Formats: sequence, structure tokens, C-alpha cells
Amino acid sequence: MSARVLVAMSGGVDSSVAAAMLHEQGYDVVGIAMRLTPEGLPAPTRRRGTCCSYEDFEDARRVAERMDFPFYVIDLRADFAARVIGNFVSEYLNARTPNPCVMCNREIKFDRLWSRARALEADFVATGHYARIERDPDGTFHLNRAIDAAKDQSYFLFTLGQRELARTLFPLGSMEKSEVRERARALGLRNADKPESQEICFVPDGDYASFVERAAPSAEIRRGSIVTGDGRAIADHNGVHNFTVGQRRGLGIAAGTPMYVREIRAETGEVVVGSRDQLNSAGLIAEQVRMVDPAWFEPARCEGGEIALEVKIRYRHPALPARLRMLSDERAELRFEHGGPAVTPGQACVFYHGDEVLGGGFIERAVEG
Amino acid sequence: MRIYLDHNAGSPMRPAVHVAIAHLGVAVHGNPASIHRAGQRARRALEQAREQVASLVGASPRAIVFTSGGTESNNLALFGAARAADGKRKRIVTSAIEHSSVMAPLSELEGRGFQVTRSAPDRDGCVDPEVLAAAIHNDVGLVTVGLVNAEVGTIQDVAAVARASSRAGALFHVDAAQTVGRIPVRVEDLGCDLMTISGHKIGGPAGIGALYVRPGANLASTMLGGPQEAGLRAGTPNLVGAIGFGVAAEAVSNALEDERARIEMLADALLNNLLRTIPGLRLNGPRHGRVANTLNLTFPGVLGESMLIALDLEGVEVSMGSACAAGAVEPSHVLTAMGRSAAEARSSLRISLGWSTSAKEIAHAAEIIARVWRRVANAEPTDSAEAAR
Repeated sequence: MSARVLVAMSGGVDSSVAAAMLHEQGYDVVGIAMRLTPEGLPAPTRRRGTCCSYEDFEDARRVAERMDFPFYVIDLRADFAARVIGNFVSEYLNARTPNPCVMCNREIKFDRLWSRARALEADFVATGHYARIERDPDGTFHLNRAIDAAKDQSYFLFTLGQRELARTLFPLGSMEKSEVRERARALGLRNADKPESQEICFVPDGDYASFVERAAPSAEIRRGSIVTGDGRAIADHNGVHNFTVGQRRGLGIAAGTPMYVREIRAETGEVVVGSRDQLNSAGLIAEQVRMVDPAWFEPARCEGGEIALEVKIRYRHPALPARLRMLSDERAELRFEHGGPAVTPGQACVFYHGDEVLGGGFIERAVEG
Repeated sequence: MRIYLDHNAGSPMRPAVHVAIAHLGVAVHGNPASIHRAGQRARRALEQAREQVASLVGASPRAIVFTSGGTESNNLALFGAARAADGKRKRIVTSAIEHSSVMAPLSELEGRGFQVTRSAPDRDGCVDPEVLAAAIHNDVGLVTVGLVNAEVGTIQDVAAVARASSRAGALFHVDAAQTVGRIPVRVEDLGCDLMTISGHKIGGPAGIGALYVRPGANLASTMLGGPQEAGLRAGTPNLVGAIGFGVAAEAVSNALEDERARIEMLADALLNNLLRTIPGLRLNGPRHGRVANTLNLTFPGVLGESMLIALDLEGVEVSMGSACAAGAVEPSHVLTAMGRSAAEARSSLRISLGWSTSAKEIAHAAEIIARVWRRVANAEPTDSAEAAR
């Protein structure tokens, strides 16, 4: 009997091609569309192209019908609301800038969906992510960047450990996006030219601040002042959730030189601004650090307790050379080799060694000089 | 081997129906309203089907109006009665566990100024007939009750409701889509004015149904056009569907007692087997006073959604609640009305047997359901899933 694989299908090109390829390779494919976003979100949520509109489910269903494998829509709204949206809102309220796609992968696709896979006797979970999983002869799994550098999504997947990688398939990791579209056309998928989803699926209009305000009790909104580096208040603001470190627009202040958000202090509600050159940091403290392959951090491989690697502090940033030192089991300090840009608490920082993802964590704070 | 245990959603067509439809050929074609011989033959076939359906429920053939199915019959009954009432008697009495094709028209009528009284069921899904009857005053124009609940199979005792409706001069509509073909149904015994019958629930084709309309009942048409179906349902009737429906009705008339006894035996065997192998399993609905083919079961510690998919992958086809627009399943409003928690409703599945169910299938199904339950409970316990809710 062939191995069974649960393929998370959004109705988009990538997951459709992933499912079709696995089916062609002889896997026992079970297509699963996840209903994630709650009812009662503003109408644009159900707009086409965000990942859970009904039309998109129908596209996924059509692929399954065409390839003749079973397809089901499952309801994970409660889990998504508790573990992803809840985290998104509380992070913003706590003056951090969350990355819900990382959380969705960790909490939904590679946790809840995996439980479901076991319940359905599946051997693997597959998605249309652009990343590569490789296995050493000794059985160690490695997570690598995708071949298509422009599409690489390994950043969002750093939370996968050995256990998860062993039972995960990313069929698109070695393909260029253009090839994937070509495959989609060859397969007769009618979504071959569908535009990509870009926005966060539950905030389709991109207005995170309004979303947080609708979702949070007003008592939890932390209003306060915009202050300069020397503590001088220059304006009031309507809540720390309106700001992200490095932000320039929408500060509501008139200054001779461009001002940027340097730091957000949740306790006092202060948003500290400064000039561009004040944004730079020497490094960062990462929390909830997880390693894809713990062997990387065995003492023998770390000179003086430090390891030289590259770190990506935002999805669209290049990886920067840095030195990592573990502070405890789950906390690490990273120092940029050549100084670094603004670091944004709450964002994922992902450790690379060339094409390989070593692990990552979430940014707790910047480290000065 | 695929084991189909979702007869309440729709029974497979009976062999006699397949044969009848396959042999229609060119002998029957044309429009039953046409004057020519083709029309006459079509009309004869349609009227024969009407007699067969009428006979199944002890009605006069002229009381049978063909529709496109149970949903249309319910819509015709509710909107037709509302329209015929002509602004008077704007109160409607019903239960809280009706099918969506009754609930949605009632919500619409509420928006048009009708008042709807919904009687809650007890924990077994029984609606107290005395409570219903007591709500039927002279301002009530329509009483509508599902005779057998589709999800749990509870049979309602409507004798008192029929008497109260008659006394108050209200139309009494019975939704018998899930009843006809499962237990004997005679319109005279029920004392109803209107009754919904579905084609595919008795092993006929989908897309055909009927509304029994007691001669003299004050019902207005809601589909306007030609004079077909005694002026109550304009449009050329679905002749092929009606012929299949008629044949299914006749097959049911002949086989009902044997079939009912056999299905009851199989369903009891399945239930007893599962009660033994699945500790904490619970039957929703009464042990007696239920159509025997319907087993609505709460499986401890699992999500019904997972069970349903896992069973499907193993070849056992059952159902849960109702499908939403996106194709996901929603917890049953019937179970929550019966006092089950949302979590219990999410852990419940409906297993419904029918004419095609065999003893061998039930033996297999019992083994598969117990095995799948153990696996799902182990792999994805609801403790963790519910913790997030």
C-alpha cells in the first residue's frame, strides 16, 4: 500500500500543484482545506485570493475531483482563533510585531493538522511551501532554502524540528515558480494564473491596527506618548499597537528630519522615535529558540560557545552574518558581524548556514553597542 | 467495499426504479399537458405515478402535488398557507428542531410580520404534544411539525396537535420526508392537511417529491404559471422523476413491513455492538419511539469531523450535522436544542440504514467504526482540541 499524505490545499496554484504531483508520484493523497478565519470578519475576508474564501475551496475541490483523490474541508476556526489570531492581537497589544504565518505553521499546519493526519492514518503532511527537506544517511533531516530564491519560504518554517521534518513533504522546494505555473497549466488546473495571496489571511485589508482594536477589549489598548530619545514627549498616540520598530509613516508628528520608531515600551505606552541612524542595533536577544538539528549546538561544533551563522530578521530581509551564543535552553544572543538594521521585537529571527536553516526564535529585544 | 450508511441524506435508487427509468426509452416522452397522443401517454404515466405515491400514504391521488422534492414541498406548504391566509391568522406553531427547509421559510415569514412559536424538545428530541396543542389558539393559521426528526429519528406523537389544529381552524402541515418509507404513514390517521414526501428518501430519484394537500385545504400556489398540479405548482412536471418516485413508492408499499423489521434488527445489532466496544458511547434520541434506521451517536473523546473523514477513508459513509457553504460540517442545531453541549454535538455522528443495508455490511461497519474510534481518540483526543475552544 502506498504512503498516505495529507495535503493542505488552499485552492491556490502552489498547493494544487503539490497535491497533483504527489498524486502522480503514487502517494495516497488526501486533500484537506482548512477553514481558519472566523465568521464575522469584514466582508473582504472572503475575497478571492485570501486563503480561505469559499471560491478557493471550490478550486481545491476541483483539483481533487480532476485527479480523483478524496478531499475534505475541516473546521479549525477555534484553534486558529485561539492560537494564531489571539497571539497576533496580544503581541500587538504588548508592543511587539507578530508574524502570524510562522504561528500558523507551528500551531496549525504542523501541529493540529498533524494530529488530524495521525487520526486519518496518514504518514505525511504536505504543503505547497517553497523549502526543501533533505535527509542524511544517518537519518538526520535538514531544512533548506528553496531552489527559487525569490519564492523561498524557509523563514516561516524554522519551528519544524526533526520529528516534524521526518513526516513532512514540500514537493515544490526544488522547483521554480514559473515551472509550478507551467505544471499547473499542463495539469489543466484552472487556477494556473491565479494571483498570489499576499496579505495576512484574516486581515485582508492590511489594516492591522483596526483589526486589533476590533478584537481587543478597549481596556487593553495601551495609549501613551511619542517621546524622543531623551524622554521628551512630543505627541500623544492611540495605542502601541499602531507602531512597529523602524516605522516612519503615520507617526503624526512634524519634524525637520525624518523620524523613525526606535523602541516601543509596552509598560509605559511610550513610543520612542529617533533619526534613521539611531535605528541600527548591534544585535538581538532571541527567545523561544528552537534548533532544526540540535547537533549544531553541541560544544564540539561551537568555538568558545559561539557559532557563526547568518540571521534573517524579517522575511524580506537578506540574511546577515552574525555570531550566536546560547544564553539558556531557549534564549540566545546574536551579534551582527557588521552592525545591523532595526530589529523588531516579536518578529521571527531565523538562523541560516548558507542554504540550510539551523533554527530560529522570536526577537525579544535589540542589543545596543 | 464501500458501506453506505447515510440513507437519511438520500437512499440509493431501488433496483425497480433503475429498471423503470432505463426502460422508459422513447415510449414516454412529451408534455403531459399536450393534446396529442404522446402527451396522453405522458399524462397516463404521470397519473399512474401519482396513484402509486398516493397509495403509499393512503391518500386520494388528486391530493398529491408533485414538486421538486422535500424542500419545495415544505416551502409550498408554508408560503402557500401564509399566502392563502391573506393577512389573517399571522401566528405559526412549530418545534425548535425542524429541517432547514422549514426553519428558513419560517424566519422569512417572521420578517413579513408572522409570529412563530417554537416548542423546544426534551433530551430525547420529543416535542411535548400537549405543549404544542396548548399553543394552538384561534389566531394560529398554520402548525408545522416534522414527524420524524432527520438527525435523531425521534417520532413525534401528533394526534393531539392534529385535534387542536382542527379545532382552531389552523392548517396542520407534517414534514414526513424522513417518515414515509420508514414506518407506515396514513394521512387520515395523522389528521393532517398538508404532508411533505420526498422521492429520494424512499429510494426514488432525487429532484422529485410531493406535497399531500387535503382536498378543500386552503392553500395558495407559490409557483405561478400554467395550471399544472391542480393549479398548485405551475410548470411541466418532472415526468421521469415522478415515474421513478411512483415505482419506489410501490416497492416500499410492498416491502415496508419486512424491510422495517430487517433494518430494525440490523440497527439494533450495530448499536449493541458499538455500545459494547466503545465505552461511553451514547445514543441521542429515545431507545424506543424512534425510527429504527437512525442512530445518532456521541463518540467520547473525538471530533465527529475527524471520525467522519476517517470512516470515509475506510469506506464507511456516515454524516454529521449539516454541511456549510464551504463544505465543512457545522454542529447540529437539533442536538443543541436537545440540550447537548456544542462539544457533544461536535462529537456526534448520524448513521442511517436503509433498504440496501446488509447484515454483512453492518458486521463490517461495526468493526471499522470501533477501530477508527480508538485510533482517532488516541491520535487526536478532544481534550487538546477542546482546550483551544
